[in-house]
Amino acid sequence: MSVAEAPERRDASGRGAAFSGAAGGEELTIVEPLIFERSRATRRAVRFPTASARARERGAGQPELPASVLRSEAPRLPEVSELDMLRHFNRLAHLNHAIDLGFYPLGSCTMKYNPKVNEWAARLPALAESHPLDPEALSQGSLELMWLLAELLKEISGFPAVSLQPAAGAHGELTGLLMARAFHRANGEGETRTKVLVPDSAHGTNPATATMVGYETVTIRSNERGGIDLDALRAALGPDVAALMITNPSTLGIFEDQIDQVAAAVRESGAIGYMDGANLNAILGRYRPGEAGFDVMHFNLHKTFSTPHGGGGPGAGPVGVSSRLEPFLPVPLPVLVDGDPDEVRRNAWAGRSTPRARFALDADRPQSIGKVRLFYGNFGMFVRAYTYIRSNGDSGLRGISDDAVLAANYLRMRLHDVYDLPYDRISKHEVVFSGRRQKRQHGVTTLDIAKAILDHGIHPPTIYFPLIVEEALMVEPTETESLETLDHFVGVMRDIAARTESDPESIKRAPMTTPVGRLDEAAAARRPDLRYAFGADAGAAAPATPPEAPTRGAPTA
Amino acid sequence: MTYSPHTDADRALMLEAIGVSSVEDLFADIPASVRAGSWSIPAPLAEQEVRAELTRLAGRNRAPEVSFLGAGAYRHLVPSVVGEVIGRPEFSTSYTPYQPEVSQGTLQSIYEFQSLICELTGMEVASASHYDGATAMAEAALMACRLTRRHRVAVSAGVSPDYRRVLETYCSGPGVEVITVPIDLAEGGSGTTDPDVAAGALADDVACLVAAQPNFYGQLEPVRALADAAHAAGALFVAVVEPTSLAILQAPGDYGADIVAAEGQPLGIPVSFGGPYVGLMAARMASVRQMPGRLVGATRDVQGRKGYVLTLQAREQHIRREKAASNICTNQALMALAATAYLTAVGPAGLREVADLGMTQARHLVGALEAAGVAERRFSGPYFAEVTVRVVDAARRHAVLAERGIVAGHLPGADEPELRDTLLLATTELTTDADIERLVSALEETA
Repeated sequence: MSVAEAPERRDASGRGAAFSGAAGGEELTIVEPLIFERSRATRRAVRFPTASARARERGAGQPELPASVLRSEAPRLPEVSELDMLRHFNRLAHLNHAIDLGFYPLGSCTMKYNPKVNEWAARLPALAESHPLDPEALSQGSLELMWLLAELLKEISGFPAVSLQPAAGAHGELTGLLMARAFHRANGEGETRTKVLVPDSAHGTNPATATMVGYETVTIRSNERGGIDLDALRAALGPDVAALMITNPSTLGIFEDQIDQVAAAVRESGAIGYMDGANLNAILGRYRPGEAGFDVMHFNLHKTFSTPHGGGGPGAGPVGVSSRLEPFLPVPLPVLVDGDPDEVRRNAWAGRSTPRARFALDADRPQSIGKVRLFYGNFGMFVRAYTYIRSNGDSGLRGISDDAVLAANYLRMRLHDVYDLPYDRISKHEVVFSGRRQKRQHGVTTLDIAKAILDHGIHPPTIYFPLIVEEALMVEPTETESLETLDHFVGVMRDIAARTESDPESIKRAPMTTPVGRLDEAAAARRPDLRYAFGADAGAAAPATPPEAPTRGAPTA
Repeated sequence: MTYSPHTDADRALMLEAIGVSSVEDLFADIPASVRAGSWSIPAPLAEQEVRAELTRLAGRNRAPEVSFLGAGAYRHLVPSVVGEVIGRPEFSTSYTPYQPEVSQGTLQSIYEFQSLICELTGMEVASASHYDGATAMAEAALMACRLTRRHRVAVSAGVSPDYRRVLETYCSGPGVEVITVPIDLAEGGSGTTDPDVAAGALADDVACLVAAQPNFYGQLEPVRALADAAHAAGALFVAVVEPTSLAILQAPGDYGADIVAAEGQPLGIPVSFGGPYVGLMAARMASVRQMPGRLVGATRDVQGRKGYVLTLQAREQHIRREKAASNICTNQALMALAATAYLTAVGPAGLREVADLGMTQARHLVGALEAAGVAERRFSGPYFAEVTVRVVDAARRHAVLAERGIVAGHLPGADEPELRDTLLLATTELTTDADIERLVSALEETA
């Protein structure tokens, strides 16, 4: 019987017995041993065939590897059976919160449901086993899929061209700023335009990216309404500014209601307008930066288009660009070389192939910034995003933003009386509360509140970001959470707010039901322990003493 | 198809709670002049319809019957159990472990990944993952610049041409100059980097020498002599390695590598038309504070229980912003988990079998080609599981064979004109004796 089927061992979090040991207050020292501690010399899982006698014979005359290049000791990889290993990873899995287990309103990350048909599609052998360097004639399906996805992203963003290559949002930012610089260089302004303007509410990736491109970051303050300060922006724009990077809707979950003037001012100054598309989930079909005066935007396919976040990645960060940046796109670019694009799109939307259409990779782009990664992008994510966009279609995409915005505003209205709302405006995809009242009046910090949320089987919101909000709690419910889930969250947040007054110590002690309690992060940084230390480091694959037996709380014990 | 759970009644209730009459009111803050015009997105599809569409696209690919293609992405067995592990939704539908109390599964598996990569490479510290091998190498070169405070990097021409292109792109950002150290491309030459030539290129302002082992053409580089040449010039040595080869080949930590970068795709990740893969990076502990990417460390909780957290975050963009070691945020965590599961599933004996079989079949392949008189090794000296062979009229025959469903490896001549009549052929444990016979006879037939 699996843990999931063992209701009597479930705790308040509803996630099974892995959590119950700690909930019961038992003294545990190890939740799940390291895989190295399960290792026993000569134990095996996967085996491979042996080479044939003929193979060895025919290769016998080939040069032997000299002893100088050979490894003297085998790497001490774990030696476990397949079942041991599967149980190990399954037990680890039980220690995680995930979208498929419960609410995950982690602001700025768009933790929406990841549809399973996307996974089915990505695992189709003809796609998953397609080699990136196979002759183009063998890869027409992969190339057509990439071309079609780019066409859809163009429509969604209003940009005339798209590169799918960047692996993540920050990689898209790097690609975008490299293109901005190439543009200025082509215009003879490469030496003079050296600054990138970034609002104080921006993600840390924006200034970090500017540095990677050799630009100096200039921070632009927000106004009292949470938007970029237009006067400060205009004062900063000048012949030394290469680009403005602006997130819209902003990290406060607010649409920049002067975005038209922002884009115009940037254009007039000769700078490049970069829109960070992290929050595209709020504005599908409502606002298209490409037709609104911006030059470049990255998409986060793992946010807006539902590809799973994978515990930290892989994502995908395609960029859309204006016609003036198009010559600088990274190479190669999937292109339709034979066939009429309208006909190919029409046919594909009707589920048909276009007989004479031929797709290729175009690397002959002399003004390109070059390659930003080895191949063409995180293709497996393209398959999922394409599946998702086609499933939702035009009405579905608009509905995503409608329901995401509805949910965020609903939470804003249901919680603004108990948590401060520094910028009380219509929300887009997320709403940013402040725990400053709880901190000042009761000494309960936002970190404490986040830990208390964990005890309810809910992942906390993003905390302490954006930096311009004191004790920030950034809540992004997404469109896929039911009203019952939203109401439950409201109840939890109100209960915690009430307890900060009646019993603040109980909040500071949280969490109580998770596999481990609060961890000593300062000690981790002070004395970094970043890898397993083999027993006495003597070369033994297994430790001298047997590892502790699986803990009482372990799922399959 | 929609994934929204809301009924009309739910929506009405929410609108009422918000105090607006329609959802349109919630978009009133978008200036009228920039509201979206019409778009041309096709209508929604039901699951059976979207499956038919994806089946159509998959059907437009043609799987080769026989392939010797590698050149940076390799078809290996992906054990079923690896797919099972990364398919667990607790791993796939979680995100960066910002809340360690409910992310111990992800955190511990990353700690195990870091441990495995250290063990494989002989290094002291490994990061939690990069986008791919090429970006890991580029970030390693920039890390070397920060460590040495020098602003030029030298790279061997034995490193994949596409890796070097990515390096050029990344270095163009902060204005780091890239110097290419030539390799011996003469007929029957070594196909590798001459340490004296490398030493000559290493002026006192060069941050690192980057070389690949085995190199792009399959040849084994004199890595220890290259590391010594780098160190003599006060530069670091960055080794780009193929991870399965490390079951047999010396660990980079043992020949003096300061930073190791690698493509982790051969470790349980399908070739998937180029991604998602996983970039590996490992280094010396003394340089950890200049290392890009996330790191997981062990610590204790309030009750003294062992647990894992993201650590040394003062290197990262969300803390340091413009002073961060890199802008990397989202990485390739699930692919790192695949590599962790793979290395666990195969163990030291299995990895050795993979490396042995790949190398044995490469030797078998060359022996068979040479015996048939259709190809011969382009370079002298030992090679691992990929090899460059001279074939008359290579490009034409490559195209003819492709039409028959045989992919005769990669054509290096497109990037390196001196190698225009060569094929770069890769073998793995999946290469069968019959595959080799088919390639030999197909080349005989097209002679």
